[in-house]
Amino acid sequence: MAARKGSEASNASKANISKDDLLTYYRDMLLIRRFEEKAGQLYGMGLIGGFCHLYIGQEAVVVGLEAAAEDGDKRITSYRDHGHMLACGMDPKGVMAELTGREGGLSKGKGGSMHMFSKEKHFYGGHGIVGAQVPLGAGLAFADKYNENGRVTFTYFGDGAANQGQVYETFNMAALWKLPVIFVIENNQYAMGTAQKRSTSTPDLYTRGEAFGIPGEIVDGMDVLAVKAAGEKAVAHCRAGDGPYILEVKTYRYRGHSMSDPAKYRTREEVQKMREERDAIEHVRELLLAGKHATEDELKAIDKEIKAVVNESAEFAKESPEPALSELWTDIYADDAAQA
Amino acid sequence: MATEILMPALSPTMEEGTLAKWLKNEGDTVAAGDIIAEIETDKATMEFEAVDEGILGKILVPAGTAGVKVNTPIAVLVEEGESADDVKPASPKADAPAPAAPVSAVEEAPHPVKAADTTPDWPEGTEMKSMTVREALREAMAEEMRGDASVYLMGEEVGEYQGAYKISQGLLDEFGAKRVIDTPITEHGFAGIAVGSAFGGLRPIVEFMTFNFAMQAIDQIINSAAKTLYMSGGQMGCPIVFRGPNGAAARVAAQHSQDYAAWYAQIPGLKVVMPYSAADAKGLLKSAIRDPNPVIFLENEILYGRSFDVPVLDDFTIPFGKAKIWREGTDVTLVSFGIGMAHTLEAADKLAEQGISAEVIDLRTLRPIDYDTVLTSVMKTNRCVTVEEGWPVGSIGNHLSAVIMERAFDYLDAPVINCTGKDVPMPYAANLEKLALITSDEVVDAVKKVTYR
Repeated sequence: MAARKGSEASNASKANISKDDLLTYYRDMLLIRRFEEKAGQLYGMGLIGGFCHLYIGQEAVVVGLEAAAEDGDKRITSYRDHGHMLACGMDPKGVMAELTGREGGLSKGKGGSMHMFSKEKHFYGGHGIVGAQVPLGAGLAFADKYNENGRVTFTYFGDGAANQGQVYETFNMAALWKLPVIFVIENNQYAMGTAQKRSTSTPDLYTRGEAFGIPGEIVDGMDVLAVKAAGEKAVAHCRAGDGPYILEVKTYRYRGHSMSDPAKYRTREEVQKMREERDAIEHVRELLLAGKHATEDELKAIDKEIKAVVNESAEFAKESPEPALSELWTDIYADDAAQA
Repeated sequence: MATEILMPALSPTMEEGTLAKWLKNEGDTVAAGDIIAEIETDKATMEFEAVDEGILGKILVPAGTAGVKVNTPIAVLVEEGESADDVKPASPKADAPAPAAPVSAVEEAPHPVKAADTTPDWPEGTEMKSMTVREALREAMAEEMRGDASVYLMGEEVGEYQGAYKISQGLLDEFGAKRVIDTPITEHGFAGIAVGSAFGGLRPIVEFMTFNFAMQAIDQIINSAAKTLYMSGGQMGCPIVFRGPNGAAARVAAQHSQDYAAWYAQIPGLKVVMPYSAADAKGLLKSAIRDPNPVIFLENEILYGRSFDVPVLDDFTIPFGKAKIWREGTDVTLVSFGIGMAHTLEAADKLAEQGISAEVIDLRTLRPIDYDTVLTSVMKTNRCVTVEEGWPVGSIGNHLSAVIMERAFDYLDAPVINCTGKDVPMPYAANLEKLALITSDEVVDAVKKVTYR
């Protein structure tokens, strides 16, 4: 067991990264960013209501880890979930229409931004209570271990959730029972408006498993290749039957906690510096251009293509009708039993 | 093409705001992500970013304007060489759905009272054997675990210790440690893990050593188990049973003596069962384990050791939502469930001695509730007393009273009385504890009031 800082894996994997892989990551990250920008726009127009937490800035985390996942692996996350859904292949139209609360949404308009699911893509939500998805994710891994199917579960949570008690109850049982679960701490450094240093006694969240014997490492979450490499290592650990693994992925959200957050707890310069110097999409774009894997024109074509997908999702989300009023009374019980 | 920039909604409750400041001037080039203005919402001053690139052709709402309605055009964005007059209205209102005609949230009203389901729970002449509630619960779990490999039992001391109340005695030997799982003392955590495993296709039975400890886990029970099917538009069900002793035991004081019946019965998405007899404990627990929904199964420590006749049948289940009439009567309807039934049946005996004929109904399940059996009975007796161990405010009895008033008002010859536990935390002292709990004498007194005797 070793909690350690590691990035050598990333450098090693860069050497043999293929053009196709790089283009896939570029495309997947760009889809998330453009989708989220569009969601922000629709929110501004009043078409999306309530809470809406954008993933802009954190794209490399989920895209890198999805690159390390295999078919049948599961994922579960918090309310900042749009990126996770797009990265595991859920239909952008269905996601956007759920944001607008329409019949064509993945939850038929009844879940909203924070509550979406896909059995087909093994995406288990979308959970609105901070930290609640952590035991749930370990439970998915428990089912996989019970069924002896070799699957792993990516359980995402933030630096804020990392202070919830149920996280440590879960660490204990996951280690005790050697559950195949990867705890991905997306450390974007702010729990809503509280900077990590104001909320957390020790800054290194990847060491939080040490007391339970869970290995952990810190990962550069603005580098999709580093994330993928760390993900592969964690997946191998879990699949080998060695129990849980912690990845603290250092990332940054460019937008506020939710749409209504003015983000006065950090400076504009801090955000600007991350955007200019560490942007994950720019990073891959530079790798593609420097490696002569793509030309500016080819990347422009991809941008256009992604924009079209996102616009199509927005059109669908506007045109899909609101759910039928009878939907108020359905899906409360699986057997549609009479109401109590 | 020139496009209008609209006043954005920047909080869930914002309807209008103040355009505090323009950070770009007419003629400036704007890139997507550039901050173009500062807008004061009802909560904060927000920076407003451009979502498209272009040139700020014309500012329509000057800085400092207050009360700008959401979606009012505030500026025009043009491309090189365009005029701001070529504007294409963005008019999002056209995209918004027409407001639906207001509808009543009431499902359908009023509900006619249907004939109560009076089919017997088992065929007449079925062989019976005497069994404790404890044995009945154990048999139910063992039978269902034999029949379905995805059913497992998890909880504190359920395995090697053989159950804190010996309900799971012998199950570890028969099913092994994979399916009878001792947990650490960590209710919030293991309840969440069990719910996650149900999402993942298993059918967990979670034993809480007592339901008092389930308060540590109630977020997972309600927010994760009960609501996910709805929030997922029907995709993600949660077949799980949370079971264990509920209510007062004896002399364990306030933190270990609480009846959660009314708490859980309030939650749409949960089913709630509270058996009295051994036959019901067995038949209902088997139904609970097979149910595709989360089920709260409230047992009682004092009842564990009581014996009842249980039918000897290969596969015996009791459906949810079907009350049991324990005793037919004509003068008053007594409605109870769980250990309340013990006091109620005792009261009915005392009343019979005094010439009052009480009909005694055991609800058995609190969600769904068999209203038809209760209402049919009240329409016959014209009087009703409810009996439960829980607190008076927001009790099951309160709810039944409201339903009876709404649906059988004209049949009532007296107000419905709710007999409940007293409105105090459970005291330790033997005499005070006795006073806090419901007694059969209190039920008798209530019946005398509603029958004006």
